[in-house]
Amino acid sequence: MKQMHLAAHFPGVNSTTVWADPRSRSQIDFTSFEHLARTAERGKFDFFFLAEGLRLREHNGRIHDLDVVGRPESLTVLNALAAVTERLGLAATVNATFNEPYELARRLATLDHLSEGRAAWNVVTSSDAFTGENFRRGGYLDRADRYTRAAEFVSTARELWDSWTPDGTSRPFAHSGQHFEISGEFTVPRSPQGHPVVIQAGDSDEGREFAASTADVIFTRHGTLEAGRTFYADVKARLKKYGRQPGDLKIMPGVTVVLGGTDEEAQQNAAGIRRQQVSPQNAILALEQVWGRDLSSYDPDGPLPSVDPDPGSSLVQGRVRVADPLAVAARWRELSEAKGLSIRQTVIESTARQSFIGAPETVAAELEKFVAEDAADGFILVPHLTPGGLDDFVDRVVPLLQERGSFRSEYTGSTLRSHLGLTEPVWKG
Amino acid sequence: MSATRPLHLAAEIGGPPRYDARSHIALARLAEGGALDFVTLNDSFARPGPDALAVLAHVAPATTRIGLVPTVTTTHTEPFHVSSAVATLDWVSKGRAGWQADVSTTEAEARLFGRRPAAPASTLWQEAGEAADAGARLWDSWEDGAEIRDVATGRFIDRDKLHYVDFEGSTFSVRGPAIVPRPPQGRPVTVIDATSGPAREAAARHADVAYVRATSPEQAAALRDELRRSAAAHGRDPDSLRVLAALTVDLGDAETTPEPGLGSGPQLAGRGTYFRGGPVDLAEVITQWHRGGAVDGFHLTPITPERDLERIVNGTVALLQHRSLFRTFHPGGTLREHLGLGRPANRYTLTSTSGATS
Repeated sequence: MKQMHLAAHFPGVNSTTVWADPRSRSQIDFTSFEHLARTAERGKFDFFFLAEGLRLREHNGRIHDLDVVGRPESLTVLNALAAVTERLGLAATVNATFNEPYELARRLATLDHLSEGRAAWNVVTSSDAFTGENFRRGGYLDRADRYTRAAEFVSTARELWDSWTPDGTSRPFAHSGQHFEISGEFTVPRSPQGHPVVIQAGDSDEGREFAASTADVIFTRHGTLEAGRTFYADVKARLKKYGRQPGDLKIMPGVTVVLGGTDEEAQQNAAGIRRQQVSPQNAILALEQVWGRDLSSYDPDGPLPSVDPDPGSSLVQGRVRVADPLAVAARWRELSEAKGLSIRQTVIESTARQSFIGAPETVAAELEKFVAEDAADGFILVPHLTPGGLDDFVDRVVPLLQERGSFRSEYTGSTLRSHLGLTEPVWKG
Repeated sequence: MSATRPLHLAAEIGGPPRYDARSHIALARLAEGGALDFVTLNDSFARPGPDALAVLAHVAPATTRIGLVPTVTTTHTEPFHVSSAVATLDWVSKGRAGWQADVSTTEAEARLFGRRPAAPASTLWQEAGEAADAGARLWDSWEDGAEIRDVATGRFIDRDKLHYVDFEGSTFSVRGPAIVPRPPQGRPVTVIDATSGPAREAAARHADVAYVRATSPEQAAALRDELRRSAAAHGRDPDSLRVLAALTVDLGDAETTPEPGLGSGPQLAGRGTYFRGGPVDLAEVITQWHRGGAVDGFHLTPITPERDLERIVNGTVALLQHRSLFRTFHPGGTLREHLGLGRPANRYTLTSTSGATS
């Protein structure tokens, strides 16, 4: 049976973390990170995954105050977690736009040494002058440039990691390219994995091409079987032109799981979580993200606004923009009228849903189906509670997967590359 | 001046480059057993060695009391990232973080980044001071209690307790607020080696702990007085600054050949003050300087950490403890508590309080 890979995402800053739940604890104390990482390692997960934040989100010109906010710097947390875990991979999201290759390659190599081969880098980019206001480089990179910079960033980091021979001799490096002109000596010897695992998140054509050319793992958002299969086929087909095999790039969608004693109970739990996630205030906020207007005077239990969205709005900063607000508004209105839904009910029906809902047996079978039918190589689980949101999955679903032979019962290797079945990168000194 | 001030001791755990975690953890635990205030890990982009802040973040869960102070450079790094990483070190260590701000002056370091040419130390130290200033503002940019989790209004934070810092430096600007909530110590401890002139100015303005290098207690006392006067001139309470004498120590010699000979040994890197002798001799020097009130304590850099730190802790420190000159345990939990430094008031809280009462 095709083996699945599993990773755990720490639920940090987002609108799906239910901070109002009495079981929700600190999103910043180290004990929370330790709890989730130890749970993931108990479940024999491939890796633990941290996002990053570089600017607090704003809404209507003011700091957004409804969601969990405030997070630590990811590489520093992972270096600490490396001391309290033994096998779990440790993946840090770090922006390639507001960092420099030499410093970041050094920090990643250090994590790989300290964790004895468990480091991963989730490469993200930004074209955002809003975020840039916190950094020396400040300004704006257009969409194409941010990917060329990211690609050159990754290849430069690999040149640095390869500047030490496997037997431990340092050799000078010199890189001259469109974005970076650097030379000297790298201060960290080749690390246990040779190169830390590279993860790429992003669904655009440029993002897929970038992943196919250079990433080890791609983090996606495709929650349904059909969308997943289409994406999987597309990305795997792109590998060939870079001389890569289908197994060289693992496709891992971010998914949510809601369990219950029975499928029916799980559905009820899921509905309850959706109501918690879409508070009255969050419902209005979601509406404002589409409409691009101040709708704070609207009743969340009342009907949708009759006014049309403002497509040129700058109401929302630091969040993903709604691509076609007029079309989304039309869809929401249609749904609201057909089912007689209020604003809040419409938002609950329309926005991101749980991916897998059911009794443990149901969820285990569904996960296996996604993997068996080539919609995914594994999953990055995104719980809605900090830090205990993974406990049930590890206690109730993982043992079933292990019994059925679709997921490991013990780690067979010690490095993240070995968990993922990735080969050691060839040294290109 | 009599030695009524508590003695502070810190030790460097670097030495030859090592990339595994075990040796760093062992050394930090050794220093912790001696109740030292903090350990440091030197760093630069120009010489072999792992990222120091990463190493001490790794040491954090493996220790419980000792302060953790990596060198973090300010020349080719992003002040926003630096402040986030140091604040995070404070979170993962539960209030034991500091950072030693330093600059990168060489052309070789500049070429590693390719963003800007090398610059004079005076320019770079001005920028380092700005990075320290911007960092402190970012650490203050979340007031304590900004996280309210108010279910009734659906608000996770009170946005009125978060502040844009709008820092404009000579080479960078930062809008803020921080991504990391205000760390446990309020502000992690800022350390600056005040040996060189431009660094001394930055230390007087921004440091909680400053190192000086002197070959006699009189010279050390004069440097301490100068730093305190300068701090006061910048509007600071001089008692919020701890001045430590930096000493490179070689305890490899037998106890029977005491050579306190400060200044008589070889100079390391052109600026080190070098001690060679036995652990008891070192305790004598520390006792003598501290009794005279010359400094608030010592930062010791053992030339061979595995050997010398063990001798410092089990020889020198044990003797100082026996003489009741040094504590036998950490009475507090945070580095600021070890150093006798208060948790800084938040400048933005002060602003909003005074605004409310005026």
